[in-house]
Amino acid sequence: MWLFLLTEIMFFGGLFTAYLLYRNWYYPAFVAGSHQLDVRWGTLNTLVLIVSSFTMAMGVWCAETRRRKGLVLSLSLTFLLGLVFLGIKTVEYSEKIEKHHVPGFHYSLHTFVDPASDPDIFREYHDKPLPLDMARHTEIYFSLYFAMTGMHALHMIVGIGILGYMIFRARAGDYTAGHVTFVENFGLYWHFIDIVWIYLFALLYLISRH
Amino acid sequence: MSEAKEHTHPIVGPKVYVVILFALLAGTALTVWASFVDLGVWHPTPNLPISWNPIVALAIATTKAVLVVLYFMHVKYSTKLTKLSIGAAIFMFVSLIGMTLADYISRAWGSW
Repeated sequence: MWLFLLTEIMFFGGLFTAYLLYRNWYYPAFVAGSHQLDVRWGTLNTLVLIVSSFTMAMGVWCAETRRRKGLVLSLSLTFLLGLVFLGIKTVEYSEKIEKHHVPGFHYSLHTFVDPASDPDIFREYHDKPLPLDMARHTEIYFSLYFAMTGMHALHMIVGIGILGYMIFRARAGDYTAGHVTFVENFGLYWHFIDIVWIYLFALLYLISRH
Repeated sequence: MSEAKEHTHPIVGPKVYVVILFALLAGTALTVWASFVDLGVWHPTPNLPISWNPIVALAIATTKAVLVVLYFMHVKYSTKLTKLSIGAAIFMFVSLIGMTLADYISRAWGSW
């Protein structure tokens, strides 16, 4: 399992390196793009994911000490918190779609250069207009934002699917009879996703907030 | 598969997990707070301003990641082989980023 996670480090590492170079290059645009994200949603999601990592760790402990009910409860809570995370992500993504800030799918430079052009949205968010070249470069920020959080969300969806399967097997007592490797390995995967988010949160949401 | 083979590390208990949970929550609060404070700029040479904010944010994120790896992922209690593999991967990852950045900063940007 560790070897798989190490390949995942390289996979996400490529995205982080791309982020690092472009951020260095187009720093003001990255600041402007980052300030379009709502730090409250990001913080809440970080807390949700950390607590879900904790419930997953408790699940591994329950499997090791053969507590069937505790294991089912821990896995179910982890499952639920995973869904909460994705729900919050959906709220954030739909705001970006509403504001035409999704590169390659639903993107409009105009909304950055002249945010007041859409009165309904302007009333809600009061975005400051950006110069044209900076507005162009925010497209790179949002491309990376969607690539990175999207790949992260995909990992979450896969994880939640496996969790659903594990809850069924845990109810039948499959992991509480001495064979805990599957639960342990899944725990490693889940904590890995948590770590990726810890970095994504610091890098995407918390640029130059002061 | 025998049970003894599956348990290569001692069982980590809920007490440790609760402590780590609160440390991670505190770290999150700290990093959000720190991002709203201007931590100033460091000038190692006059032409090279280095802002403290991203360094602090990454330091806190790395501390949190290390806590997760050591305790939630049981690496602290794992075999030398596991520790060595992870260390090698991190070293490789840092080398690759380092080489990319070495290429990036040593180019004559804008002078062709």
